[in-house]
Amino acid sequence: MSVTTETLTTAPAQPSSPEPVRRGRPVTSTAALIGKKVLGALFVIWAAASITFLIQSLLPGDRATLLLNQQTGQVQERSAEELAPINEQFGFDDPLLVQYVTFLGGLLRGDLGISYTLYQPVTTVIGDQIVPTLVLTFTALAVAWALAIVLLLLTARRAPWVSRIFSGLESAAAALPQYWLGIILLVVFSLWLGLFPVVSGSGTAGLVLPALTLGIPLAGFLAQVMRAEFERTMDEPFVLTARARGMSDGGVRLRHVLRHSLLPGLSLTGWAVGAQFSAAVIAENVFARPGLGRVLVTAVNGRDLPVVCGVVMLVALVYVITNLIVDTAYILVDPRLKEAA
Amino acid sequence: MTTLTDTATPLLTDPAPEGGAAGAASRPLVEVENLNVWFSDAHGRRSHVVHDVSVQIHAGECVAIIGESGSGKSVTARTLIGLTGPNSHVRADTATALGRDIQTLRDTDWRSIRGKDIGFILQDALVSLDPLRTVGAEIGESLRLHGVRDRAERAARVEQLLAEVGVPEPHLVAGQRPDQLSGGLRQRALIASAIANHPSLVVADEPTTALDVTVQAQVLDLLAQRKADGTAILLISHDFSVVGRLADRVLVMQGGWIVESGTAAEVLENPQHPYTRQLLDAVPSGHTKGEYLTEEGRARAAARATTAGTSQRTAPAGVGNPAEPKDEASQVPAVLSARGLTKSYRGPDGRDRTVVRDVSFDVHAGRTLGIVGESGSGKSTTASMALGFIAPDAGTVLLDGAPWSELSLAGRRSRRREVTVVYQDPLSSFDPRWSGERILTDALDAGTAPGVFASSRARRAHRQEQSERAAQLARLVGLTPEHLAKHPLRLSGGQRQRLSIARALAPEPKVVVLDEAVSALDVSVQAQVLDLLTELQETLGTTYLFISHDLGVIHHMSDEILVMKDGVAVEHGDADRVFEQPEHHYTQALLGSLQALSTTVR
Repeated sequence: MSVTTETLTTAPAQPSSPEPVRRGRPVTSTAALIGKKVLGALFVIWAAASITFLIQSLLPGDRATLLLNQQTGQVQERSAEELAPINEQFGFDDPLLVQYVTFLGGLLRGDLGISYTLYQPVTTVIGDQIVPTLVLTFTALAVAWALAIVLLLLTARRAPWVSRIFSGLESAAAALPQYWLGIILLVVFSLWLGLFPVVSGSGTAGLVLPALTLGIPLAGFLAQVMRAEFERTMDEPFVLTARARGMSDGGVRLRHVLRHSLLPGLSLTGWAVGAQFSAAVIAENVFARPGLGRVLVTAVNGRDLPVVCGVVMLVALVYVITNLIVDTAYILVDPRLKEAA
Repeated sequence: MTTLTDTATPLLTDPAPEGGAAGAASRPLVEVENLNVWFSDAHGRRSHVVHDVSVQIHAGECVAIIGESGSGKSVTARTLIGLTGPNSHVRADTATALGRDIQTLRDTDWRSIRGKDIGFILQDALVSLDPLRTVGAEIGESLRLHGVRDRAERAARVEQLLAEVGVPEPHLVAGQRPDQLSGGLRQRALIASAIANHPSLVVADEPTTALDVTVQAQVLDLLAQRKADGTAILLISHDFSVVGRLADRVLVMQGGWIVESGTAAEVLENPQHPYTRQLLDAVPSGHTKGEYLTEEGRARAAARATTAGTSQRTAPAGVGNPAEPKDEASQVPAVLSARGLTKSYRGPDGRDRTVVRDVSFDVHAGRTLGIVGESGSGKSTTASMALGFIAPDAGTVLLDGAPWSELSLAGRRSRRREVTVVYQDPLSSFDPRWSGERILTDALDAGTAPGVFASSRARRAHRQEQSERAAQLARLVGLTPEHLAKHPLRLSGGQRQRLSIARALAPEPKVVVLDEAVSALDVSVQAQVLDLLTELQETLGTTYLFISHDLGVIHHMSDEILVMKDGVAVEHGDADRVFEQPEHHYTQALLGSLQALSTTVR
């Protein structure tokens, strides 16, 4: 019996196979990999929350006094009797550890505290304004990627003067300050040509100029980091192989070379999303767009700490999620990284 | 150059193939008459890289162009697929491939021909296939571009093609990327993508370079099979054994000219042109053992013999002193000894993989121990342990009878000068901002305490002395002071390797480890460097640990040989004994593929 099983298992081995088909490869499951990344992300959010909490509670000045003065619009010392109910309501008198646990508990339930000036839950304040900002940020990101990719496909590794001119234009675009670019776009396209509304509002037409304001400098950055990789890849032997198969130059650029140049662009994107949030503050002010930018400016001016901290937490969250997506995209673009991870 | 032109002219007409080839009577598939190619650089200067080349290829015939780098052989091949690049100018009296005039084809025409009627194979599929895609996707692309639209049909054809080129379990391999496959499977996949549409002409540019000898033989068998099926092959190679195995006719190119042409047998066995003879002489093997490979090496040895006059080595060098063999190993003390070296690494899957298992050897003073093996055999890991760069898990290395591998890092540092190394790619081991002289003086100072000088005059004197010693070293390896003033980037491959050898000799080491030191060099440059190493051993008594995958080089250089496979030393003994009476079946198989490759040559 044992003899038969043995013959059965050894017999099908191909006589004409001098080499093993698979070399020893790690068997890291994608799920385990993502699990690890998510844990890391949670850690980052917890750290951001803790720092936020420390800033709120350790900043000089009595929070109850600050709160009372905000509400009444006065600046004066308050007596203990005046402050007692506020301390009671917000738990300012509890030991720091208790406050920390309460804060984290609230966070888990999605409670970020109460705004000092608006007297509304912070989540409501942010929630009302977050959608326009997210729409603006991610539209700008999409615009930047589209511009960068089109630029690369059309101009990288062409006649030397073409590459040089467009590479120069990209550097110039990357160096543009957003507030300046925003004002120029506003003056030219809204005031002179009247193509777009002066006050953007939340409509689609109003999205074009703010998205360009944020997208053009980022496109310059993206195209610059991807161009180097793109041009290097154009010299790889596999490009010659692909051409020798009968593929067109455009086909090789789109189907082979572009993918290789995506990685540096993706790394930059992970960082750019955070930067886009702060740039959005400028764009929203220039174009009079609703959004978090204005909430933040108002909150900072009014020393509305819970709102400021809420925005910080939100940015941290968006940042972490983006980087999770970027990491996953990395592996999709270059499957070799999965084994390296 | 003038002699070349003179001798080249009468040979320009390519003799018609001998009878017997399948389509001898019919029109050739490829007819090129007086092909010239120029490249222009960014400043508009033109360089003439291919001169009046004529070639005909019939169906079922393999024509090989052999030459060294820069000979114009690859450019000639690329004119046949119209991919010489945007800065090239091609002109020929006639240039037809498969009945079409390739000088008038537009890009769209070319696209319908490339990959369909003409297949193109490059060397090293690791970089010649897109590393981000599966090989199945790459092969499928050839099919998609030439009309196989249906996905399922493509997948089926891909598997069928992989099976045709001898890939076991094609359905698995189709889903893997080049980096997940062994060199042989990868190259087969590349060939499958080139022949996917059964082209009548295959252009193969160094199709077996960088492959292990056993894999090389398999790939050549595969191409021979296509040839037998009636495919015409244009083979580009620098390797005579590869050409001898596959080609019916051979063209020898040098500096853009064809200097010799004829049937493979004529050219390889009875070369007429001095350059061809020089190239054939330069191929190291057992036959060349103890001889110099280049005219210059022979002349220098003869000159030394005359000046030495009455010294012991009176026999004219070059004959290898067969009557006066090198001292018996037992009488010469071992400079470097390895005992039971074992090293394993934790694989990415968490399991330990033993890359070197229980390897022992002795390197005797003034002699050469060759370690030969295919890629992944553990020979480089063994070298690193001998160098003291990595610590063995078990076993020990003794240097001059004293512990070496067991020393602490600091303890080893003071003795580092005693074992030096030359790698395959010297460029990456040089600081590119340093001149040759600085590289050498740095090596001269290596391991000594940073100099504290009593006066600036003392420092100047020291510098002067070091600089003189650097110049001496350079002379020793055949470099001039002008070479030393340059940065390595501006030196040729051979000059870089000479500089690298000079650096290895600078601290007057007891042993020099040569890790694939000549593997990336053209055959004639390789011959010069090997001659240099032989000469240094003869004059200075240098001891070598010579590591290579090239059996010919190993046999030529070594007194003793260690054959490694999968981390184990399967055979160990006198070089000639190992090559003539191999005991282990792996050595026999290895030498078998070598013989299969070299039967036509010599």
